[in-house]
Amino acid sequence: MWKSARSGAALLCAALLASACGGGEQAGGTDAQPGEKVTLSYGVWDATQQAVMQELAAEFTKTHPDVTVNVQLTPWADYWTKMKAAVTGGAAPDVFWMNGPNFQLYASNGVIKPIEEQVDTSVYPKALVDLYTYEGKLYGLPKDMDTVGVWYNKTLFDQAKVKYPADDWTWADFKESAAKLTDPDKGVYAVGAELTSFQEYQYNTIYQAGGHVISPDGKKSGYDDPKTIQGLKFWTDLIAAKQSPDLKTMTDTAPLQLFEAGKLAMYWGGSWNVAEFGKNDYTKDKVDVAPLPKGEKQATIIHGVANVVSAKTEHPAEALELVKFLGSKPAADILGKKGPIPAYNGTQNDWVAAHPEWKLQTFLDSVAYAVPYPVSKNTAAWQEAELTHLTKAWTGEVPVEKAAADLAAGMNDLLAKE
Amino acid sequence: MTTTAGTRPPRSSAGAAHAAKRRGPRTEALWGYAFIAPTGLGLAVFYLWPVLQTAYFSFTEWGAFGGHTWVGLENYTRLIADPEVGRAMLNTLMYTALGLIGIPVAIVFAALMNRQGLRGVSVYRTAFFLPVVTMPVAVAMLWRWLYNGDYGLVNQVLSIAGIDGPNWIADPATAMYALVVVGIWSSVGYNLIIFLAGMQGIPKELYEAASMDGAGRVRQFFRITLPMLSPTAFFISIVSVIGSLQLFDLVFVMTGSGQSARANPAYSRLQTVVQLFYERAFVTNDRGYAAAIVIALLVLIAALTVAQFRLQRKWVHYV
Repeated sequence: MWKSARSGAALLCAALLASACGGGEQAGGTDAQPGEKVTLSYGVWDATQQAVMQELAAEFTKTHPDVTVNVQLTPWADYWTKMKAAVTGGAAPDVFWMNGPNFQLYASNGVIKPIEEQVDTSVYPKALVDLYTYEGKLYGLPKDMDTVGVWYNKTLFDQAKVKYPADDWTWADFKESAAKLTDPDKGVYAVGAELTSFQEYQYNTIYQAGGHVISPDGKKSGYDDPKTIQGLKFWTDLIAAKQSPDLKTMTDTAPLQLFEAGKLAMYWGGSWNVAEFGKNDYTKDKVDVAPLPKGEKQATIIHGVANVVSAKTEHPAEALELVKFLGSKPAADILGKKGPIPAYNGTQNDWVAAHPEWKLQTFLDSVAYAVPYPVSKNTAAWQEAELTHLTKAWTGEVPVEKAAADLAAGMNDLLAKE
Repeated sequence: MTTTAGTRPPRSSAGAAHAAKRRGPRTEALWGYAFIAPTGLGLAVFYLWPVLQTAYFSFTEWGAFGGHTWVGLENYTRLIADPEVGRAMLNTLMYTALGLIGIPVAIVFAALMNRQGLRGVSVYRTAFFLPVVTMPVAVAMLWRWLYNGDYGLVNQVLSIAGIDGPNWIADPATAMYALVVVGIWSSVGYNLIIFLAGMQGIPKELYEAASMDGAGRVRQFFRITLPMLSPTAFFISIVSVIGSLQLFDLVFVMTGSGQSARANPAYSRLQTVVQLFYERAFVTNDRGYAAAIVIALLVLIAALTVAQFRLQRKWVHYV
């Protein structure tokens, strides 16, 4: 087993021109022995990326002829439920996609392998490297990244005679535009204060207000910080002023649908919305994107998917090679043409160039002040608490301060149990 | 429940010594067991064993990826103090109770369809039965659209009458009723078919005798049809109560699937016990507690079913 892995590594070193495999020479000078054939399973959740993942898998096999990669697609809705069952049953894919909210759960339970060898992480945004580092060890190499911006409907801005958002706009500018853009007669709202998508809404304004969601050591909730509450009020004030639909309306019809029907002038969304808005006939030539407005600070949430190796894989060496390849520049170049923003610095130009009509550079520029997606060991538990408590603030049933205090208490209880 | 007459075990009929001499009945019993073995085995492996395991897990605490430690009654003490469990129980009982309205509805439709000389019965039957064969998820999606507060068909129709309808599924005041309507709509077809079969089993002579005695159609319905249907109604009531108590898919999809359901302002009125179980088991990685929740539900179902069997003496007429 070990021997075949080593000869496999030697083989790929010979074939691979990339410098990532520099230590190859001393691993074994022998010529390519026809090694044992290895098949790696690779778990992914995004159907729109399935084709490009298969292309990357084929590319990997070109340089590692003994290794075939079998891309296994599980739709997002079932991905984590299935993954948990597979890991519990010892049948997890050798390599799979990991996200921020789930990462520490997997790392702290030892079901994914830390990357023991030295890799150059300076080529990825630091926030993403930090996201996939647990107790000082790196577990995954970032594959893609996303940040948040304000998508806006140019037609509605023109009709209301409001200037398009400037790159350096502030909360005050945002509120001023919001008031002008709201038109009850036409059923047009400035923005939808979405409750269910913290990554695009609350987390951004919380950090912009100078607040925080969770303490850096992941032990205390930040929801009792008055500045965090400011970040929440940003949204509830919009609902109170009827510049955003109320929660009932947004429960029935999601803000994304309202935006695509011309009922919302602005939509806080991610770089991943590019695909959606490019396909939609209504939004295709009516929207553009601006950076998030600046509060006390400038902030946007950054997140990205990483590739990780299962702790129980039978082929750890090959699996690590695959992860390294998927995090390499050649892989990022392929990904950037067809998929989301590659995480590898300097490979994002193709992604920006794909839609010259939009200022997509915005999403890349905002990496400079991006804040990592807040997580802890059992993120899902307190994410549920966020919804339970903040729903009451969003409907106006309970003042924001009270809901936030209750949430902080509940979240601290959950964090204490981790 | 009832066994066919004549195949009693030999012990009770002839005594052990006698049976030992005559090999016949004993091999017959063995054959009997052999025939029920596949079903019995299936039940044991796929129902009984998981139930026992779940009962055991309800006394443990689970890691996210397996591995558990014994915590005694901790899950149950937590369950009693958890306001969410109480609320989910109440919601579930409310849905179950309101769902029983579906029984008289089905009887009325069945009676209307059972009339002599009614044309196109099979068309009606198919129409009523369609929701039953439609996937609950599809039903829930469809109704979600119908109930949409701003663009839904229900409110469009109401607006013709000058009524400004609410956000049916997102408004705490209407959500439960809106849900019950969908529940009844999707089960009425099944109940109707059973009732129709029950009605066709009622001897014609009873009606003939009644009309000779001068009883009108309405009176016949209340004095003959209803009492004669009571065993069928009892069966339907048992099945639908158990089904309602296990409600999940409809609420899961209609409230806004997955975790976003909690952002529905009416969630506290809609959350059912099984949904809470799902959240604890699959969302927040709290499987021991989730097991305790379903065991509590099992006890509730058993209690309600026993109560119904007790109460049937008061209203079910067996001929």
